[in-house]
Amino acid sequence: MLAVENLSVSLPMEGGRVPVLADVSFALARGESVGLVGESGSGKSMTALAIMGLLPPGAATSGRVLFDGRDLLAAAEPELCAIRGRRIGMVFQEPMTALNPLMSIGAQVTEPLRLHLRLGRAEAEARARRLLARVGLAQIDPHRHPHQLSGGQRQRVVIAIALACGPELLIADEPTTALDVTMQAQVLDLLGELAAEQGLALLLITHDLGVVSATAARVMVMYAGRVVEAGGTGAVFAAMAHPYTRALFAASPHEAGGRPAPIPGQVPDPQHRPPGCAFAPRCPRAQRDCVATVPVLSPLPFKGRGLGEGSACGASAASPAPSPPPSPASGRGSHVAACFHPHPAP
Amino acid sequence: MRGAWRSRNLLAGGAITALMVLIALVSLVWTPYGPTQIDIVHRLATPSAAHPLGTDLFGRDELSMLMAGAQSSLSVALIAVIVGAGIGVPIGAFAAARGGVPDDLVMRACDLAFAFPALLTAVMITALAGPGAINAMLAIGIFNIPVFARITRGAARGVWGREFILAARAAGRHDTAITVLHVLPNIAAVLLVQATIQFALAIVADAGLSYVGLGTQPPQPSWGRMLNDAQTFIWRAPLLAVFPGLAITFAVLGLNLLGDGLQDLLDPRVRRAR
Ligand SMILES: Nc1ncnc2c1ncn2[C@@H]1O[C@H](COP(=O)(O)OP(=O)(O)OP(=O)(O)O)[C@@H](O)[C@H]1O
Ligand code: SF4
Ligand SMILES: [Mg+2]
Repeated sequence: MLAVENLSVSLPMEGGRVPVLADVSFALARGESVGLVGESGSGKSMTALAIMGLLPPGAATSGRVLFDGRDLLAAAEPELCAIRGRRIGMVFQEPMTALNPLMSIGAQVTEPLRLHLRLGRAEAEARARRLLARVGLAQIDPHRHPHQLSGGQRQRVVIAIALACGPELLIADEPTTALDVTMQAQVLDLLGELAAEQGLALLLITHDLGVVSATAARVMVMYAGRVVEAGGTGAVFAAMAHPYTRALFAASPHEAGGRPAPIPGQVPDPQHRPPGCAFAPRCPRAQRDCVATVPVLSPLPFKGRGLGEGSACGASAASPAPSPPPSPASGRGSHVAACFHPHPAP
Repeated sequence: MRGAWRSRNLLAGGAITALMVLIALVSLVWTPYGPTQIDIVHRLATPSAAHPLGTDLFGRDELSMLMAGAQSSLSVALIAVIVGAGIGVPIGAFAAARGGVPDDLVMRACDLAFAFPALLTAVMITALAGPGAINAMLAIGIFNIPVFARITRGAARGVWGREFILAARAAGRHDTAITVLHVLPNIAAVLLVQATIQFALAIVADAGLSYVGLGTQPPQPSWGRMLNDAQTFIWRAPLLAVFPGLAITFAVLGLNLLGDGLQDLLDPRVRRAR
């Protein structure tokens, strides 16, 4: 249903155009949930905005974003307006600011119903009430304004708005980051339930690996504007072949391990991305060849000679062009990583 | 303490402004004397029971003229603000929604307009288009356009950067609808405050224009004209200059207090910060 093919995005900044997304490819089938994880600044929101056609002004794109066969990157604004909110819904990170402070929550849920489905006032209001009840706000008076709700309640309103017109795809950009832990679990459960119940595809963006493992069947790990590891959630978590995935896991609070170990250093600015593998300056496994060329997503486990560092290194040196990225359609589900020296399989 | 002082601004400003509006409205149906009624025998009379504020050089009742003057001053200023806001707000909102080149063009045009001194431009326009109340309204109104365009654009840009606008776009609204539904309501407070300030400035501008004879034309009384008339007799009847001067000062003061009070009332951030 959704196929992102070699999506690259560059933004105008002082000092010229700067690439913020490079060669992002993935596919999402009807009813499927995929998690997109990465640190702050890795390009997760940009990916979401590119799909929605809401990139900042001046953004240049290449590649394709196919939604039911239509390339959204090439679509005109009226066509996008008809898709946004109707066929693709979006939930934002900050429920505090994602709602208009001057409008009642009822009116805000009603808005997309009237806009896209052209419902009359009474019908739209009745439907809005049902939606609010479905997201667990049956007790809340729809005449209330956003500031009269808690963060979790507001996020439920945002979800109700996103789902109002029965979209086929829901993009949730860090839907739980601003919420406290118990709220996070509730909102995630709700998203999962709704996705299952309405058969919608879910692109769940988060920097929390725990959130992904609980909700998504597949996961993509993103770093500095590129997907560095992708595959079935189970396979990725079992292998954690890419050193970044492993570092991200170690940095997140999880039941098994003790204290989270933050990843040293920072995500490089788009202006100052290092040559070769962007993770090299922070990577414990980095070797000289890592800074020479950009590693490309390749299927795991690597074929040929074992997975030891030296041999993988030799293999990549022997074949300077690693296998091409799997085509989104055929590669769905297969485990891939963009690394010259991935962690060996467990 | 501070809060009480603020709301006193609002109360005092509101009361003065309401009084002015009331006087202007009453003057439409009733004044103690006809404001244009000449009575040469009692010219330049000092205040008395018959003429509480005295009479002018033609024996017209000063109080009646002030009341009628309030009506002409306020209506000129009101129309001028409506013209300015009616054209300036859409221009500013458009610039903010579009950004890029259209935005730059609008802002440069505003800069250009601000390079001309306000009153001088209004004098030029009325001198060219001919004196009169209507042309004064338009001249002052034109000058208000860039003021409203600029403040609307600035405030709207701030709103456009907020996440609920992105959310509205993600919900499939296009820019015009977002401007009307989400942006303008969120900057209404700023615009209202600016409108009261521009209203006060327009009263001064109107007085200036009618003082030099380019605004409201006699016999319709106006505060600026009354000041001019009083000038000749400043030594014999100084009060004739004092009353219209006080009227202008009062109206401007009231509106500014009202603007201040509204600002604090309507901008919750400022209110909370204090
Ligand atoms: N409007 C913008 N103009 C220029 N650069 C931007 C803009 N928005 C984001 N960027 C840059 O693009 C890169 C990717 O940002 P993005 O918002 O996609 O990251 P993210 O993964 O969503 O992070 P977070 O977890 O903080 O939301 C960052 O380096 C950021 O600095
Ligand atoms: S390519 Fe090299 S630097 Fe990059 S993640 Fe793999 S080992 Fe680390
Ligand atoms: Mg983000």
